Amino acid sequence: MQWILNFLTSSIGKKFVMSFTGLFLISFLIIHLIGNLQLLYSDGGEAFNKYAYFMTSNPLIKTVSIGLYTGILLHAFLGLAIYFKNKKSKGKKYAVSTSANASFAAKQMALLGTLILAFILIHMGDFWFKMKFTDQIIPVDYDGMQVKDLYAQVSTTFSKPFFVGIYILGMIALAFHLWHGFQSAFQTLGLNHKKYTPIIQGLGKIFSILVPAAFALIPILMYLNR
Amino acid sequence: MQLKLKVWRQKNAKTNGEFQTYSVTASEHMSFLEMLDVLNEELISKKEDPIAFEHDCREGICGTCNLVIDGRPHGPMQGTTTCQLHMRSFKDGDTIVIEPWRAEAFPIIKDLVVDRSAFDRIIQSGGYISVNTGQAMDGNAIPVEKDLAIKAFDAATCIGCGACVAACPNGSAMLFTAAKVSHLGLLPQGKVEHTKRTRSMVDQMDKEGFGNCSNVGACEVECPKEISIENIARMNRSYVAAVFGSDE
Ligand code: HEM
Ligand code: SF4
Ligand code: FES
Repeated sequence: MQWILNFLTSSIGKKFVMSFTGLFLISFLIIHLIGNLQLLYSDGGEAFNKYAYFMTSNPLIKTVSIGLYTGILLHAFLGLAIYFKNKKSKGKKYAVSTSANASFAAKQMALLGTLILAFILIHMGDFWFKMKFTDQIIPVDYDGMQVKDLYAQVSTTFSKPFFVGIYILGMIALAFHLWHGFQSAFQTLGLNHKKYTPIIQGLGKIFSILVPAAFALIPILMYLNR
Repeated sequence: MQLKLKVWRQKNAKTNGEFQTYSVTASEHMSFLEMLDVLNEELISKKEDPIAFEHDCREGICGTCNLVIDGRPHGPMQGTTTCQLHMRSFKDGDTIVIEPWRAEAFPIIKDLVVDRSAFDRIIQSGGYISVNTGQAMDGNAIPVEKDLAIKAFDAATCIGCGACVAACPNGSAMLFTAAKVSHLGLLPQGKVEHTKRTRSMVDQMDKEGFGNCSNVGACEVECPKEISIENIARMNRSYVAAVFGSDE
């Protein structure tokens, strides 16, 4: 079994973990976005609240979400560990820094990731924590079904310009992280090909703009329509 | 042309270095190293310590002329070693900053000269073919697909200079190691030991303290031989194949 440990601590093995967890988080983003777009229905939040209830009570989804929390933590802590190891390997920096050979996003993955982590903590503290561990979110009644009115909580949050700003900044950080990360994950796995790599890179750029923009649109529209 | 140089001077690995400023008169037909030769002659005639920098072939094939010029390994010209860089790439009155390769695994010996023996140890760990490959005519008798021959040859042009490590913000040696792995592994004679070779070379690379690749791609941009990061993907594939597909 030593070989598994050796692999996971090798430079390439660590990167495989980063890549798999990164791709897993990307797949989560898609599901999360589709669910959240229900916030924009003009039904007073019924569809969204029922969806939120389903997501917090369904045993299968509860199991998957444990995988998700582990994935985020693994990705974040391993990412930061790699960052510090790499800083040490680089040693002294050059007196003249150049932007001629690398993109901002590629060089700042750890900074962008830390911003995303801060965003996730604020985001989960405001919704997930209150939903799961407090009685702050008051239930509503849909045809005899008692469901916590998360929609009301979301609306309150997004009526404050400060929070709308935080969400926009969080999504900008995510966009840059994915600008480099999406295609990088495939390269890490060794999936580089003359014909397919340009397609993956193109899709990555589209994804990294569209998905964070769609996420950011939710607080903006809810703020404007409050 | 009149130039101002800011050059990193450092006595040895243990002392702290610092930049020193020099003025030099050069002609735009000189190579970058010839310009430094002119400056060194002046320093010697003034009984000062000449600037230590490495050089050998001066025709772009040995990989020793390693300088970071204005923040870029081998200077501003794409696909060019420092010895092949000419002063016509600069303007009269320019200030040029010259630094050594920076990486934990490449400690400074003196001034602009670094110790790249970590690369030698990576090669020693598997960068060779130990099966009998016969005489030259035997090589010609084995058919090699044109596409693979080109890829192997492209990888074989790596001169082991270390600009990839110098350019990498993570101090990673993936491009160098991947070039060697691809160069040997794509050809029939090298294929036999390919996965085993990949594994031991990557393990040695890690042991030397090089950083972990984040696919930044600066290596590929600065490599004087324009080695592609496609080779890194190939190495990642065969490393995983070696770990999961072998008995060890
Ligand atoms: C929804 C959130 C996130 C997504 C979708 C995501 C996605 C990705 C992807 C796809 C990669 C590329 C992996 C590779 O190059 O193989 C990556 C790299 C990275 N991520 Fe994230 N990430 C997220 C959150 C975070 C967080 C919270 C951190 C925390 C600090 C973080 C830190 C990093 C770092 C440092 C890297 C570079 C690792 C390296 O190249 O060695 N990420 N991310
Ligand atoms: S891959 Fe390029 S930059 Fe790296 S050692 Fe070889 S020739 Fe030099
Ligand atoms: S001196 Fe040999 S490559 Fe420049």
